[in-house]
Parts: sequence; C-alpha cells; structure tokens
Amino acid sequence: MRDAFVAVLAELAPRHPELLLLSGDLGFGVLNDFIARFPRQFLNAGVAEQNMTGIAAGLALEGHTVFTYSIGNFPTLRCLEQIRNDVCYHKANVRMVCIGGGMSYGQVGMSHHATEDLAILRSLPGIEVFSPCDVWEAAQVTRYLLSHRGPAYLRLDKSAAPACQTPEERFKAGSMRVVREGRDVTLAATGGILGEALLAAAELAERGISSRVLSVHTLKPLDAGALVKAATETGGVITIEEHAVDGGLGGAVAEVLLEAGAFPGFFVRMGLRNTFSSVVGSQKYLRAVYSLDAPSILRVVTEQLAVPVS
Amino acid sequence: MITAGIDPGRDLARRIRIHALRMTNRGGSSHIGAIFSCADILAVLYSGILHVDPADPGGPHRDRLVLSKGHAGAGLYAALAERGFFPVEKLLTHYQDGSELSGHVSHLLPGVDVSTGSLGHGLPLAAGMAYAGQLKAAGHRVFCLLSDGECDEGSTWEAALFAAHHGLQNLVAIIDYNRIQGIAPVSQVLELEPFAEKWKAFGWSVRELDGHDHKALRRELTALPFAAGKPSCLVARTTKGKGVSFMEHSVLWHYRTPRGGEFDAALAELEGRP
Repeated sequence: MRDAFVAVLAELAPRHPELLLLSGDLGFGVLNDFIARFPRQFLNAGVAEQNMTGIAAGLALEGHTVFTYSIGNFPTLRCLEQIRNDVCYHKANVRMVCIGGGMSYGQVGMSHHATEDLAILRSLPGIEVFSPCDVWEAAQVTRYLLSHRGPAYLRLDKSAAPACQTPEERFKAGSMRVVREGRDVTLAATGGILGEALLAAAELAERGISSRVLSVHTLKPLDAGALVKAATETGGVITIEEHAVDGGLGGAVAEVLLEAGAFPGFFVRMGLRNTFSSVVGSQKYLRAVYSLDAPSILRVVTEQLAVPVS
Repeated sequence: MITAGIDPGRDLARRIRIHALRMTNRGGSSHIGAIFSCADILAVLYSGILHVDPADPGGPHRDRLVLSKGHAGAGLYAALAERGFFPVEKLLTHYQDGSELSGHVSHLLPGVDVSTGSLGHGLPLAAGMAYAGQLKAAGHRVFCLLSDGECDEGSTWEAALFAAHHGLQNLVAIIDYNRIQGIAPVSQVLELEPFAEKWKAFGWSVRELDGHDHKALRRELTALPFAAGKPSCLVARTTKGKGVSFMEHSVLWHYRTPRGGEFDAALAELEGRP
C-alpha cells in the first residue's frame, strides 16, 4: 500500500506543482526516488510532528496540497491538536498519512501500533478518513486526495487484501465495495484485515454459508446505504478491524444502523477490546492472538448462526 | 480619526487599549494585561509596517500576521477595526452571544490570517506560510507575535529549528516578553533567560528592545530581515498591563476583568483624564 501511495504521488507530482510531501524523518528507501525527482516538492520536517503539522497547515493556507507522512500514531495522535485547530478548523488541504496502520509493525511494540487512530480522527469535524483494504484502493484513495478539498486522514496497512477489482470497476470515495456477495451474514472490514474476512468467507462457503463481504475503505463519510442494505438483506453484521472496537469501524457502523432504525439479526464488533497490543509477534501472529484472524471470524459467524462447528 | 501632530502609532496604541478595556469590561473577559503589553507592538505593526489592505484582506501580496498569543485577540480586533477591516462598532460584540469576536482570535474575521488560542501553534503555522512564500520567491513577510509563556511549548522550539534550518528570512517572530505568564512570573514557572541567546543559538538573528518604544520598534521593523538568510527575532521587553498604573507588573490582571471603579479608573488613565 505504501509503495502504491508513493507511486501515485510520483506520477501526479509533475502535474500538481502545489503538491508537497512532508515526512517526519521517515521513509528511508521508500521515498528516495520521490525526493530525487521532486526535491522542491519534498520536505523532511524532522522528528517534530507538531511542527510538521503546523507547517503543513501554513503551507496549505498558502495554496499547497500537503501530505504529512510518518509511522503509526506519530502523524496523528502526537500532533492531534494541530490537526484539530490548525488543519481541520481552517479546512486546510492537509492529508495526514500513517504507514503501519493497526498492528502492521507487529514486533516493534505498542508505541508503533495505530489502534485508536480511526476513532479519534473520525471525530474531528470536516475530515475524511480512509483506510484502504488493498493496493488498488490505496492507489485510488491517493489519487482522490489530490483533487479533494479539505482535510483527510489516510491509514495505510502493511498487509493488503488480495486484489479483487474488476477491470471496469470505478473507485468511489465514501462508497463501500461489495467484494463478495452473500445473504447469510455481512462481514464488513477495514484495512488489510479484509483479507482475513475473504478467507473466512471462502471457508464459510464450503459449509454452505454465504457471506457478503464489504470493503470499508472510507470510514468517514460512512456509506449508510450499504450498511442498511447489509442489515436488512443479510442475516447479521460483523465488523472486523485491526483497531479498538470503541469508536472505530464497529462503533461507527453501530451508530449508523441504530440511527437508521436498521437492526441486523445479530451484530458483532471484532477488534481490540479495551486492550493494548502488547504481545510481540508478526501482524499475522497478532491477529490470531487477538482473535481477529480468519479462524476467529469463522468461529464468530458459526456461533451467531448457531451452526454446529464440524 | 488621527489628529494632526499626534504620532499615528501612539494614537493607535491608545485606541487599542481603550477598545480592549471596554471589550473586556463589557464581555466580562480576561487577558487585559497581556493585551496591554503588546498594544504598542500591534499599533506599530498596523501603522506603517504591515502591508495590508482592508479592501483586499486576503490579497496574495499582503504581509501575514499570526497572533500566536491568541488570548490577545481583543487587541488585534481593535487594531483591525481601527484600520477599517470591519466597523469599530462591531468590537463591542466581543464575547457576546452569537458574535464572531471570540476571546481567542478567530480567522472568521477579515484581516485575521489564522485562528489561535492554544499556545505554541502560531510559529509552526507562520513558518509554513513563510516556507510557501520562499518557494514562490514572494515578496511578502510573515510576522508572528508570541507570548513568553508559549515559549514553554516544545512546538515553538521545533518551529524555531525549522525556520533557521530553512533560512526563512521572510519570517519575523516578535516576542512580547512581559515576564509574567498565566498564574505566576516566568522566573517562578520556567525561566527563559538567557532568552535572546536561546534564539541566537537556534540560528535566528535577534534584536532586543523596549516593546513600548515606538521609535525603536519602527526602526527595527523597517530593518528587516536583521540578517540575510536568517529568520528575525525581536525580543520586545514589555510591561504586563502597560498603560494602567495599577495593572502594571501584576499577575492578577492576566485573568481579572476590569469592572466598576477599576474600569472607570483605568479608562480615565488611558484617556489622560485626572
């Protein structure tokens, strides 16, 4: 996802002289090509995220479209008030980009795990929040962010669900993608963990259970129509995220469905429950530890549908 | 109206103080001491230093001003109203229900470049604006007026590093160094001395002066940048509450609202009445 993001920026930079990429002294090896080709459109702000975000807002107020780039919580929580006051209140064209969404940097430790960012960022007025699930979506969101006006947050995951777009498919920000059609259950996932949902859906199909799988690449604005359809057309809704369930995808979906009066047959939020991801391990390993992998999804679905586990 | 023979900067400073006193009295708001300490700086900036045009408040060639000490908003509103950015009558809506004139400065008003209020935000914003100006090789300057209290904030020093590293000679930080912060003197909270040396060590070109001396302020602010290739820092030694004898050098008047007899006495002093 990260490479797709940088590739799209490099493709668009010559046509968008207003585009600036700011890094908090991260991206060694990844940004080198961009820096070499577009030195006037890159700025290493140093290990100073509050200043980076304030600088980004100042640049945006002068007409630039600015991407701030760093790992995990550094471009978001570290400088949250700069995002709130300087970026969002001024409706500045700043896009905060986090690489390493969720537990991407598994072994590195909890400091580098972004597991509350979606909830916190989506509460800010005027911001759009993106958490693409595969490489194609990451590229499409980046493209969208060049033309879009106003603040945005882009969360990039190290893992990515397998590509599943059709040649004629058009990306639409704010619209969920139905990446698999089904009626017994809806699996709504955000980020690379969509891959786990797809694995679970394939396994469920073997057992005669059909799953609708939704790729929620846009957390804000959230696609209420797709959710209401899922709640009314399928047996129940399960949300899956590498993030705290409080206020994240699960919380957001619950808000939308309850307000719409659309009550799913069952509703389960899969995510971190009031815990820090403190175990050491790869992203894949940690998903199993925190019951977010395909077998865990399979178990939750079969429990909810009261299907005997074979 | 400016009377013949009266220095326009001094006259504007007096008007800013009187407006701010009335606004804080009517609004029941705070920070009059911090407004008075920078009233002369604002007055000099808005009487011949800043290239701004009330008829085109967002014009691309204007000088930018970031009031990082956003709690002095009433002082900036008064300067802008006196310069014709909006009617002077609007000032008395300050702090009133439904007003645009919030206690901390708001960019919803013409002539205000950015909203501030949380300390330590202004210098990064100003540095970003200055960097954009440098990229365009634009001729305008970006001024940032800071309090000494917000030099406690790490983000201020992050921006100080950044501005010097990038040689932002179009950036000017003016520090209202009144030596009294929210609830105690700087010397008791977090000592900033040697203050000018800190800015020098961060790579800025620094000048110090009496922040109530209009001649000195005008002299330094017409000599920008202080050094080619460096951001300029003006350490303005000021008196908190300047202009009203019983408010001067007082921690009390950071938050206290001028009311009743205190308001009358303050107004009389500012208007030069016995």
